[in-house]
Amino acid sequence: MLELRNVSYRVENTEILKDINLKIDDRFVAITGPNGSGKSTLAKVIAGIFVPTSGQILLDGEDITNLSITERANMGVSFAFQQPVRFKGLTVKDMISMAAGEKLSISTACTYLSEVGLCAKDYINREINASLSGGELKRIEIAMINARGTKLSIFDEPEAGIDLWSFNNLIRVFEKMHERTHGTILIISHQERILDIADKVIVLVDGRVDTYGAKEKVLPGLLNVNAGCRFTKGE
Amino acid sequence: MDKIQLSLLEQVADLHEVPEGAYSLRIDGVLYGKRSSENIEIVKKEDKPGIDIIIKPGTKNESVHIPVLLSQTGLKELVYNDFHIGEGADVTIVAGCGIHNGGDGDAEHSGIHSFFVGKNARVKYIEKHYGEGDGNGKNIMNPETVVEIDEGGYMEMQTAQIKGVDSTCRKTTARLKKDATLIVHEKLMTHGEQFAETEFEIDLDGENSGTHVVSRSVARDHSRQKFLSNIRGNNRCSGHTECDAIIMDNASVIAIPEILANHVDASLIHEAAIGKIAGEQLIKLMTLGLTEKEAEEAIVNGFLK
Ligand SMILES: Nc1ncnc2c1ncn2[C@@H]1O[C@H](COP(=O)(O)OP(=O)(O)OP(=O)(O)O)[C@@H](O)[C@H]1O
Ligand SMILES: [Mg+2]
Repeated sequence: MLELRNVSYRVENTEILKDINLKIDDRFVAITGPNGSGKSTLAKVIAGIFVPTSGQILLDGEDITNLSITERANMGVSFAFQQPVRFKGLTVKDMISMAAGEKLSISTACTYLSEVGLCAKDYINREINASLSGGELKRIEIAMINARGTKLSIFDEPEAGIDLWSFNNLIRVFEKMHERTHGTILIISHQERILDIADKVIVLVDGRVDTYGAKEKVLPGLLNVNAGCRFTKGE
Repeated sequence: MDKIQLSLLEQVADLHEVPEGAYSLRIDGVLYGKRSSENIEIVKKEDKPGIDIIIKPGTKNESVHIPVLLSQTGLKELVYNDFHIGEGADVTIVAGCGIHNGGDGDAEHSGIHSFFVGKNARVKYIEKHYGEGDGNGKNIMNPETVVEIDEGGYMEMQTAQIKGVDSTCRKTTARLKKDATLIVHEKLMTHGEQFAETEFEIDLDGENSGTHVVSRSVARDHSRQKFLSNIRGNNRCSGHTECDAIIMDNASVIAIPEILANHVDASLIHEAAIGKIAGEQLIKLMTLGLTEKEAEEAIVNGFLK
């Protein structure tokens, strides 16, 4: 279980996350909310990329607030970036092997790629460089998290750039991942179809948890949150 | 060969023994052994140190190894190797220099390699430089490569210097005739107090000649690197250089590109980028469970692979 207690994060004089309190224990939990509401920042705080200004983060009861990115990764936290990183020279196989934490056979590495709808033999030796398309990169990012198979997997807008045809497959990937890890999958998304598979939904607005609850309860009210978006009020 | 020499041979040529086929092996300033094959003749030069490698026209899928090993401290040598690649041949040449310097004198190998690539011939030239040894003496290598490619000829050079060379000054000059192509892939890593300079001077004389020079380097610690390139387009031609350097610690890297078009249909591009490892790359690998140091190694190794 992941728990956040009074977590705030401030950069210079802007408070990006404000007193976040959450207990996350379900299969699929979705985080949604307007652009700039702090979703990615929250994910980075959980992964250890940003250190909260105040508050505590606990994983299975253990305080991980001061642990490094690496330590958290090794405890079972995975994070698929909203904007995947490119590397000159490192290949898809290198990355998936590093994610899995061992040298993978070609066939195992290929399985992870096939699951995200990439024809493995075309990709396995490609470099993770500028030649890959945005959607391909997103899929490889997902394959890496899949290869890690940790108890907490965070996906930051995994559907962005993924074509419609693949949408159901993407959902299948999450379901299979859960069958394997029995962990929690935390998905940041703006997509109704993704929110729809969630057990619980967190709505972040302006750095605060606006609503957190069962999908059935949160989803109907969601449009109102967006309608009341502060951008339209000219704030 | 003793143990040290055998291990040097493995480092620079991936060989565990004297190679099959045509070869020339130079150890500690003398020709240790050579063998010609039916199509590849290796002749010792009479007037100066070095060899002539004469490859018959039409020779296909053959290779020749010419490693040089230095295991004595204080040894300095200058060697001339000339490669004559006959018309229509298709061969691989594996060169390389390994120095083990366990003493306080400098060990220095300078080689002048001249390539005469015949009409429609193809040659792949692989060269690895490597140094080791715990003495205070420096390991110095100054390779010079002079290339002439005749009509329709093709040459691909892969050079690598990853470890242990304290000072290097590499110069490659090339002249290309009609439809000739030169591809260069250079990999370089410097550490400690090392210095490496690499210079390319390429004349694209013939119509539809083309070159692509890709240099990837990593400079660590207090090392210094200098990259110079000068491509002259003297006809309808295409030239492209890419210099991509990762800088770390207190290193210093300078890239000086020059492209000169003497013809309206010369199309020349230079790209140069120097920068440290991107923070987000390190972070990404750390989220996969690598420590910062391991992440750095993985990025550098991938970059130079
Ligand atoms: N280093 C920073 N300095 C100042 N402001 C920042 C910094 N990093 C993030 N922010 C701001 O914090 C807010 C939250 O950003 P974040 O990326 O978490 O939003 P998000 O909810 O993921 O948005 P999106 O839906 O567009 O991905 C934004 O207003 C952003 O501009
Ligand atoms: Mg975001």
